[in-house]
Amino acid sequence: MSDLSTNTAPPTAAAKSVFGSRISAAAEARRNLSANWQAQPRSARYGATVLLLAFIYAFPSLPLGPIPTESDFTSLLAVTIVPYVLVALGLNVVVGMAGLLDLGYVGFYAVGAYAIAILTSQHATIPWLLSIPLSVLISMLAGVLLGAPTLRLRGDYLAIVTLGFGEIIRLLAKSSDWLGAASGIGNIKSPPNLGPIKFSGTIQERNIAFYYLAVTFVVVVYFFLKRLENSRVGRSWTAIREDEDAAELMGVPTFKFKLWAFAIGAGVGGLAGTLYASNVRFINPDNFQLKLSILFLAAVVLGGPGNMAGVVLGAIAVSYIPERLRFLNTTRYFYFGVALMIMMIFRPQGLLPRKLRARRRSPDADPPPFIDVSEGDPDLEGGTRGPAIA
Amino acid sequence: MTFDDFVSQFWPSTINGVVLGSIYALVALGYTLVYGVLRLINFANSEVFMLSAFGSFLAVEILGLNDGGDPLRTGGALVGVFAVCLIVSVVIGGASAVIVERVAYRPLRKRNAPRLVFLISAIGASFAISEAVGEWGFPFIENQQRKEYGLTKFFKREQLFQLFGADVYDSNIIVIAGAALMAVILVLFVGKSRVGRGIRAVAQDAETAKLMGVNVDRIILITFLVGGVMAGGAAFLYELHTPYARYDVGFSIGVKAFTAAVLGGIGNVKGALLGGVLLGLIEVWGSSLFGADQNIGTVAAFLTLVLVLMFRPSGLLGESLGRSKA
Repeated sequence: MSDLSTNTAPPTAAAKSVFGSRISAAAEARRNLSANWQAQPRSARYGATVLLLAFIYAFPSLPLGPIPTESDFTSLLAVTIVPYVLVALGLNVVVGMAGLLDLGYVGFYAVGAYAIAILTSQHATIPWLLSIPLSVLISMLAGVLLGAPTLRLRGDYLAIVTLGFGEIIRLLAKSSDWLGAASGIGNIKSPPNLGPIKFSGTIQERNIAFYYLAVTFVVVVYFFLKRLENSRVGRSWTAIREDEDAAELMGVPTFKFKLWAFAIGAGVGGLAGTLYASNVRFINPDNFQLKLSILFLAAVVLGGPGNMAGVVLGAIAVSYIPERLRFLNTTRYFYFGVALMIMMIFRPQGLLPRKLRARRRSPDADPPPFIDVSEGDPDLEGGTRGPAIA
Repeated sequence: MTFDDFVSQFWPSTINGVVLGSIYALVALGYTLVYGVLRLINFANSEVFMLSAFGSFLAVEILGLNDGGDPLRTGGALVGVFAVCLIVSVVIGGASAVIVERVAYRPLRKRNAPRLVFLISAIGASFAISEAVGEWGFPFIENQQRKEYGLTKFFKREQLFQLFGADVYDSNIIVIAGAALMAVILVLFVGKSRVGRGIRAVAQDAETAKLMGVNVDRIILITFLVGGVMAGGAAFLYELHTPYARYDVGFSIGVKAFTAAVLGGIGNVKGALLGGVLLGLIEVWGSSLFGADQNIGTVAAFLTLVLVLMFRPSGLLGESLGRSKA
């Protein structure tokens, strides 16, 4: 929780008088927490991080009370929830940090999964450890290949092109015999055993091993992206997201950084795909439906685009809620859709919104913004670029 | 390569493409109108289409035509049946679009929510509607859950004549003529009528339109209504062409129609019509050119979209509902 520290100051008196009691107490508390966090000595911060990590790794073996769902919970964590977190972190780079709407993110997920399938089963048998970086590289390449011709498009045009990309990947995999066509690819390699962490042991051992692997990926990616967010690259992304023209004028090479956002986002998506493929060991094109992209996007938006902690929370919600609702059987996606609508209506800024102050909200916006003052996306917001319909 | 197939099948696939394209074009209008006015991808439009597609089933049920009997009705009887189907579809389309606006969008507009949030809310609505139909079926129609519903006893198409060696069915003619008629009415409505002027004004500048006395909320509602009516008409024509429906029929049509809207220039009414027909043609031609696989057609359609956008970044005819005349 170390967003740009200048933005974590409590709201000014003026802002308070404008928005009055409408700033939720929770947002205020979080802001204070974040400010306090920065003020703590380094040792305390490290200690807290280590404790958090210990908690995360020990999570499946803790007494969880009513949290686990009917099915095997460790398996759910390893196959669904943690990979969702990883995907959402990757998509957040594109959507939340750089402000590029990507509706076909499942395409990169599929590229990663297919890359590892080809490298370890279909057309080659290279070691698993080597196949991961290669697959990530291939996914990043896919990101660049998609981004280079299309990133000059703005807003919704980019959205539909990426959506098309996601479909193209799936349909090509479905029609190409080289990619296993509709029947898919099986016998994908699992990771090698690592001491007591047995990927080839019993189902229970395997699930816990994959949980550790997935969590490790998430931790590494989280750390990496956090550093990136606070770097020159991250600041450029923020500038692009807030106002692309202004960023360009200030000397930010917008195209280059947008391409980087796409490549890094694609790499993380691909990594999640490899994780998925080496866990289930059999993939086919139907695993990569467009609906999945939409769920990924829902995770990011629900959590609060641009805030990594929020996105993690959103991903957990989107992957966990349908499982929690499993007692409703096939009706659960209906309730999930309704829940999604209700959550958006009552918390449009996301569960944990980004803490950037709005600087450009027109003073006469009508009605006064109900939501936290934190939104300022030119591309993602209704009020600034398009007509402000109130 | 199946170039020979492409040549020999050129006219049949062209007719097929235009038929498919007319349906895409009508659905695309729903996307483009709402986008023009709200700068918002109305994701739930696909489910409006799906619900309307069940309208024909409902009409057939109401008329009691579903229990046996002669599927082929001629003359006045057939026209009557069609009229009832069309009216039911259109009413369902318009009503459901308005309800979606009320439930999923209006609360967010009142709160000035970021644009992405509308998208997710629409996706939630879309999930909920399609899953509800998948689970509980459609009112008054026997619930087949997630299976395909057939409308075989409703209308049997007949070959009318041949065009360059291609069979032309009466359904093809009805679809193309019906879509063209609806498109003309819509273009006139948006371009000439008082309400249409309101729609264009809001699309151009909502704030100013409001100052000039346009009731923006009402215009938005009407825009959704018109989009829903178009989806309803499209759904009726779709049922003539392909007498089947399923809870997820909206999704693929919706994606194609949205692509069509972008291809022509989103927010542009004529662009949506052009984009729809083009997309239908490209899809059918593509699949006959690169092997009969339907998937390849979709790939060809999306690749065309990317190519067009690379050279014309705001679609073939450019965006803006407001600035162009219609």
